[in-house]
Amino acid sequence: MSQEVAVAPSADPAAPLLARAQAALEDRKLETVKAWKAQNPGALAIGHMPIYTPRPLIEAVGALPVAMFGGGDQVDIIRGDSYFQSYICHIPRSTIELALGGDLEPLDGVIFPAICDVIRNLSGMWKLLFPNKWSAYLDVPQNFDRALGGKFYGIELARLAKELHERGATKLTDEGLARAIADENERRQAIADLDALRRKEPWRVRASEAYLMVRAGAAVAAKEHTELLRAFLAVAGERKTRAYDNVRVVMVGSFCEQPPIDLLRALEKAGCDIVWDDAQLGMRTIEGPIEIAPGRSPLDALVDAYLDKGCATASRYIANGVKGQALIDRVKATDAEGVIFSAASFCDPALLDQPMLEAALNEAGIPHTSFKFAENTAQFQVIREQAGAFSDSVRLFGGGA
Amino acid sequence: MSENVEKDRSQLRQKQMIGGHFERLARAKEDGKKVVYTFVPGNLTELLGAFDILPVLPEINALQSGMRKKSGGYIATAEKAGHSEDVCTYVKCDVGQLKNGNFGPTGTKLPEPDLLLLSYTGCFTFMKWFEILKQEYKCPVVMLQVPYQSEGEITPEMRRYVADQIRDVVVPALEQTTGKKLDMERLREQLRWSARAEDDLVAVWEAAKRRPSPIDGYFGGVYYVGPIFSSFRGTEEAALYYKELREEVEQRIATGQAAMTPDGPQPREKYRLVVEGPPNWTSFNDFWRMFSREGATVVASTYTRVGGLYDQGFRHDPDHPYETMADYALGCYTNLNLPSRVALLEKYIKEYEADGFFINSVKSCNSFSVGQLLMLRELEKRTGVPGGFIESDLVDPRYFGKANIENRVQSYLQMLDARMHRPLVPGEGHPVALPVVEGGTR
Repeated sequence: MSQEVAVAPSADPAAPLLARAQAALEDRKLETVKAWKAQNPGALAIGHMPIYTPRPLIEAVGALPVAMFGGGDQVDIIRGDSYFQSYICHIPRSTIELALGGDLEPLDGVIFPAICDVIRNLSGMWKLLFPNKWSAYLDVPQNFDRALGGKFYGIELARLAKELHERGATKLTDEGLARAIADENERRQAIADLDALRRKEPWRVRASEAYLMVRAGAAVAAKEHTELLRAFLAVAGERKTRAYDNVRVVMVGSFCEQPPIDLLRALEKAGCDIVWDDAQLGMRTIEGPIEIAPGRSPLDALVDAYLDKGCATASRYIANGVKGQALIDRVKATDAEGVIFSAASFCDPALLDQPMLEAALNEAGIPHTSFKFAENTAQFQVIREQAGAFSDSVRLFGGGA
Repeated sequence: MSENVEKDRSQLRQKQMIGGHFERLARAKEDGKKVVYTFVPGNLTELLGAFDILPVLPEINALQSGMRKKSGGYIATAEKAGHSEDVCTYVKCDVGQLKNGNFGPTGTKLPEPDLLLLSYTGCFTFMKWFEILKQEYKCPVVMLQVPYQSEGEITPEMRRYVADQIRDVVVPALEQTTGKKLDMERLREQLRWSARAEDDLVAVWEAAKRRPSPIDGYFGGVYYVGPIFSSFRGTEEAALYYKELREEVEQRIATGQAAMTPDGPQPREKYRLVVEGPPNWTSFNDFWRMFSREGATVVASTYTRVGGLYDQGFRHDPDHPYETMADYALGCYTNLNLPSRVALLEKYIKEYEADGFFINSVKSCNSFSVGQLLMLRELEKRTGVPGGFIESDLVDPRYFGKANIENRVQSYLQMLDARMHRPLVPGEGHPVALPVVEGGTR
């Protein structure tokens, strides 16, 4: 039941934008970052692991945030493997490989936000391997009380800004941060519009295309990314395509190490319209705009947004919430018919989360299937067959597994 | 230890203590006692004691299941229920034990928790583990977030955050669970007992600086840390245990005895090692014998510091209850960043005059394992002491390939033997290819 649904490039007004996004994905030597630094002499470029990082804070001190997605399927891992045992996921290997090979040289520092023990320890490896480069671990709150976790997180953010300033970034000001937050909110709205279109007319914006357009923002300022997204949205409605009889699925588990783009395409070819996914979750973690409440500073607003609007994911403590409810709500909100669990091999947060989410889906009668990948997976036939069988099952039998 | 080897008095006492604890747990509901599940690193045992709460430590249950050859079955149960083969086997062992009736290591049934106290320190998996247990037991959970020492120090802000959570979140949850107000004097008393036990434990660790070492600070050491890591810290019983243990060790020093091994006292101390990483529990004695039968004694280890870095000066302080519990939680070994861990190991290698260091990298514990290959290189560079490296697991018997690991250990010790006659020059590097993949799939 697979469907080829790509729009013919020659007739596609979005083709140049998608090509630009594809080039951004393949820019492992950070040429865009080098160009930005040439245009902004003395300004810092700060890398961060691809999950939630307060990018407006980095932009507010005149620095460029650069999401580091590892090497994907473009890098042969040689040195990186010698630093990690067989049972560790892939993204730290390729990140080390890129760093040791000099590909990350344009970065003046790296932030390692809390997500799991692997990334946490990677922050320490960085300190040992690159003692002359600035790096910081960012502990995010798991206590969501404003007076406890909120206070702690505010101090963490202020520390980051201070350390960046000490290394040449501009001083953090309320005005600067408010401006960066406004830029980020516009980007978030553009991504939300893209996601809405993808939900409404998934044949017009395939998940793999939406992925590329979001990924294009990894190493550019929010304003520039927004312009690209808006340009894409402006022509998306003109794309000549047609609706296919695919099943609508939500895909979860890929929030850190990224699936190869060809894996997403394989799922599409297998008859799945991915109407929501948690790939590149760092760009979507805050659900809705970051708002500066009366009497609160812009820095407080970053804290409040994380506490109050952070989306449910495996690395965020559920506290007294009901495990799996957020996923069920997501399925309903997107009119999805099933869930695909797509976790990176050896990804502790995703794989420890999965049985709990599966149990919740079973109780709600929502069909699901699962597989694992690595960022450099190159063979998709088995996954395609599995996803095809899943989509057929959902389409023919309502997914009663 | 072998059945026919005479046991130390302290070891018999410890066995009675642990047996007694599981009996109390089995009777907890009929005795009206409240039960809280919590973790080893950074735990708040004194606080639980002040509320008369009985703690259950799932990691201890899992390792005990491993030693009793039950973990393989439990893990299989969990995997059949959908838990990934990739994740921590302590978690799966615990889930499997629960699904098989929740009988503890001594065969008595474990009571269900009245509360899950998630002390989230040094291990991300803890958070997921208690989310899973919350779903299984449908009981309340309270979380204590402990920031990571990413810059190698405990800042005042970190201490305040943890202390505030203990006071404002954890204590109210315990008060609600027990229906009692916290007795601060009782808590101080518990903390006083902890500090006494900690003094004696440090004396035991530091005895290993002698030649021959009267203790094995890793294989033997895991027995020594049993009471203080688990349910007994903050009790008079634990303080007495450590006093007795210290006296035994001093007696061994007085009589010139080397460390105990599974086969009795070590007849010769040929190699002095420092070990990084947890042991394998499913073949614990086999693993120990790979070293002890070659004359290798472990003089210091990091695993025995996951429950507190007492030998680096920390003591529970009854005068500042919340702050001292915060410092304890923040200071556990796996909450240290990698540069601090390397520095600590370097210090141990030098202070304990080790001939080599050895890393047992366990598949289940990314908190420990990620970065260990870099630690190996860094330590060799800094100390000139050669390192050995193997991979195994905590409680999954599929990941302990005895013959393979034994070959590696023997090769390492033979290399060490040669090196002891020609010291490695700092920065020279290591001549032996070390990583062993046991059941790895990559």
